[in-house]
Amino acid sequence: MWPTIRMNRWSASPFDELRRQMDRVLDDFNVGLARPGPLSRAVYPALNVWDAGDTLCVEAEIPGVAKGDLEIYAIGNELTLKGRRAELSGEKLTYHRQERGAGEFTRVITLPTEVDADRVDAVLRDGVLSVRLPKAESAKPRKIALKAV
Amino acid sequence: MATETNIQKRETPLAQTEPVRGGPLYIPAVDIAERGHELLLMADMPGVRADAVDIQCERGTLTIHGKVEPRQDVEHTNYLLREYGVGDFRRTFQIGEGIDAAKIAAELREGVLTVHLPKAPELMPRKIAVKANV
Repeated sequence: MWPTIRMNRWSASPFDELRRQMDRVLDDFNVGLARPGPLSRAVYPALNVWDAGDTLCVEAEIPGVAKGDLEIYAIGNELTLKGRRAELSGEKLTYHRQERGAGEFTRVITLPTEVDADRVDAVLRDGVLSVRLPKAESAKPRKIALKAV
Repeated sequence: MATETNIQKRETPLAQTEPVRGGPLYIPAVDIAERGHELLLMADMPGVRADAVDIQCERGTLTIHGKVEPRQDVEHTNYLLREYGVGDFRRTFQIGEGIDAAKIAAELREGVLTVHLPKAPELMPRKIAVKANV
């Protein structure tokens, strides 16, 4: 339900008040999306991400996604996985049970450090995607040499 | 936005039949469809190689089992995000008498196992020729 907009005698214009109320509605909406719950389960694919020292590793189970139907982008500290699982086509099929979904997906994750986008490598094997993202030079810990005086 | 592609990976509760191997066991999501002369069973088994699939059909039950070796040393991995577990896939189905068990065939592609279950010949639709009265 929309909140009723009350004209406030002191507000500069009725539009300021409208805007404030709209912002509040949108804030509530955003909070609702961020909360873990049934909504957040619509995220696909599930990911395992780990830190292997010089490299960040991202793994996803995406059975039935052909190599040509998958796009991977790495920019700065952001990784995007975009793909599509095709539905079985051809002959007419009568489904008795349908648990596997089909369709398109996009998932964007923010990595804890910047990565060297030129050296990212990805392998898709038996329905498991493994992406290795070398950390950017600037993100690697550096040992500071002490000068003797 | 992600579409309705999400498949939550389900872990088997300890069932009547317990596995010999330790580790988690997952229930693969499946589609079962029928077309003409066969039933098709498609199961999501990411990480399973063709030589690690075991399909057994006896006394009216069909069991599919895919072995998955751990891909990381779970104990010593510094996880930043861990949304799924890795382990074997196993599921059992009841199949009727109408399946020709001797002719069951299967293939594995991109982590999807497809089992072809041919219908027994006596259940195949047959076209009855009508003889014209001479």
